[in-house]
Amino acid sequence: MTTGEGTVRLRPPNNTLDPRAVGWWRAQWLLLTAAPVVVLAVLGALIEPARFWLLLPAAILAVLGIGCAVLLPAWWFRTHRWEVTDEAVYVRTGVFRQEWRIAPMSRIQTVDTVRGPLEQLYRLATVTVTTASAKGAVRIEGLDHETAAGLAERLTRITQDTPGDAT
Amino acid sequence: MSPEAAVSPSPDTGGGHGPATATAVDWRRLDRRTVLVSALVTAGVAAGAAVPTTLGLSGRFGFGAAVAWVLAGAALLIGSAAVGDHVRWRRTRYRIGAERVELHTGLLLVKKRSLARERIRSVDLTAHLLQRALGLVTVRIGTGEHSGNDSTLELDPVTVAEGERLRRELLERTATGTPGIHREGELVALDPRWIRYAPVSFVAPALGGAAAGAVMQVSDWFGAQGRVIEWVGERFRDTSLTAMIVILAVAAVAAGVVGALGLWVEMWWNYRLEREPGGTLRIRRGLLTSRSVSIEERRLRGVDLVEPLGIRTFGAARVDAITTGLAKDDEEQHGDHNTLLPAAPRPVADAVAADVLRETVSPTGAPLTGHPLAARGRRLRRAYWAVLVPVAVLALLGALLTPVLLWTALGCAVVGLPAGVFLARDAYRGLGHTVSGDYLVVRSGTVRRSTAALERAGVIGWTVGQTYFQRRAGVLSVTATTAAGAGAYTAYDTDASEGLAFAAEAVPGLLEPFLERVPPAG
Repeated sequence: MTTGEGTVRLRPPNNTLDPRAVGWWRAQWLLLTAAPVVVLAVLGALIEPARFWLLLPAAILAVLGIGCAVLLPAWWFRTHRWEVTDEAVYVRTGVFRQEWRIAPMSRIQTVDTVRGPLEQLYRLATVTVTTASAKGAVRIEGLDHETAAGLAERLTRITQDTPGDAT
Repeated sequence: MSPEAAVSPSPDTGGGHGPATATAVDWRRLDRRTVLVSALVTAGVAAGAAVPTTLGLSGRFGFGAAVAWVLAGAALLIGSAAVGDHVRWRRTRYRIGAERVELHTGLLLVKKRSLARERIRSVDLTAHLLQRALGLVTVRIGTGEHSGNDSTLELDPVTVAEGERLRRELLERTATGTPGIHREGELVALDPRWIRYAPVSFVAPALGGAAAGAVMQVSDWFGAQGRVIEWVGERFRDTSLTAMIVILAVAAVAAGVVGALGLWVEMWWNYRLEREPGGTLRIRRGLLTSRSVSIEERRLRGVDLVEPLGIRTFGAARVDAITTGLAKDDEEQHGDHNTLLPAAPRPVADAVAADVLRETVSPTGAPLTGHPLAARGRRLRRAYWAVLVPVAVLALLGALLTPVLLWTALGCAVVGLPAGVFLARDAYRGLGHTVSGDYLVVRSGTVRRSTAALERAGVIGWTVGQTYFQRRAGVLSVTATTAAGAGAYTAYDTDASEGLAFAAEAVPGLLEPFLERVPPAG
């Protein structure tokens, strides 16, 4: 990459997610790993002739899953950031493919707050901001649930004050 | 049409024979001849089905009895279709109010739907051959919301005069102050010479394949599939297998070309693009089935100049509208709904794009900023992978199993690599983006090259994406999201810094707060 005079790049958004998000992601990874591993392990315990060929993939999956659960969430926590200014919502996500999404306040149509069962356990929430574009939705996952409620309220207030049909 | 006077506003009170109320005058019915149309259409279908059924039955009951049975069945079918449609006609009424358009329909499940008039974005008229003969037309009134079927009201059918009246009344708005250079009336009409682009479209091979499939299917109905294959085999008894394949392929292509020409004539005959007072673009076309599509210019966010590989090699392009609020239901999924201009010579396409956008020069013709060489490398690498992975798999299997696969692998490599490299280089040449007047222009694609000119004011957000490989190559993809058209238009693999500068320039103020200068040490 050429870095000369006048070269610009996107700066990282100001805010990190709630640190509890790391735990939430870990729990998701562990649940995701546990499902196939338990099935394979139970089958391995019951079916004696195929025991080795069932327990081996179970062990491999378990190691991979736990590895991901330990390493990835901490990494994600560093890359996932968000920011809300008076003009726009700005979010950065992704590790392998980084993505920066910007939605101007004047074009926001709906603001949704969603809390799944696991998120509730970790007192987290996801805020989804949609615009009139089918492909322009901005999601902020892993916010503290009170921060999320406050943010949703603020966004809703700002968008209501903005005239026009946001297209 | 003759609006029945005595119609109660609520259809569930008594089937249309209640006493006239104050509002009853406004309620209108569909045209009564819909019953006739249904009966005739069903008769046509019945006639089509009757021949194989009679042949099938005559084997068991004798010819006379079979004919009698089939006739009775056909009569029953036509009768029930007519009665059913009569009931539908009786139970359907609509009203154009000052604020809302209402449609009540349904026998058991009464559906009452209404659209706010200010939300109506499109009024489209279609008439198939039978309807045209009777002077009828199907009207679709759409809001252009993306939410399912509830956004479209269908009046099937009303008279042509009533359809025109609805279209004018519903789309007529206070004429907006019309900025810029523009003209009203006919913008472009069909040039029959454009038919030369029909056979090179992707329709032709598809139709050829379909024709071959249809022959097999129909012969299967008559239990004669084996005989057809035998007959074909006999024709080619003295020729080699290769010659037979070539001849059959040529025949299929010829059938496809004929089909493509026929389809083109049916779709685009009488094509005309007009601008009407009040800021509406109207497209009329169709030989047998006539269609009229209206696009409100207020909803137009730009145009997309589409050049599929076939017609691009002949210097032609198609123009699609990028608009919010074109009907998105099943009928319009075929894709030609938002086409403003069929494949036509590139200068014509550019001129039409400029006319439609009320510009002197089309932004689609603006010189574009190219993308860095890294983008070409990425495309070439992608092509190599796409060719070499299957080749490697084939070669591996060939080494293990049979040498035939080895030769197949060699063939794939010999054909695939040059084709892949050609397409990759072409794709790279196609990449480009710029800001031209009120529009931002992005171009990409090789099999379907698209030059989208999107109104800068229509951009409602940015998405910037960068994979690990793009980061290493110093490129990124900038996507403008919009409420119109495909929802997002992307400049792929722009220079990391220049792409962001382009986005910041296109929509001032939106991206700037989030940009920072890279320190020269970098």
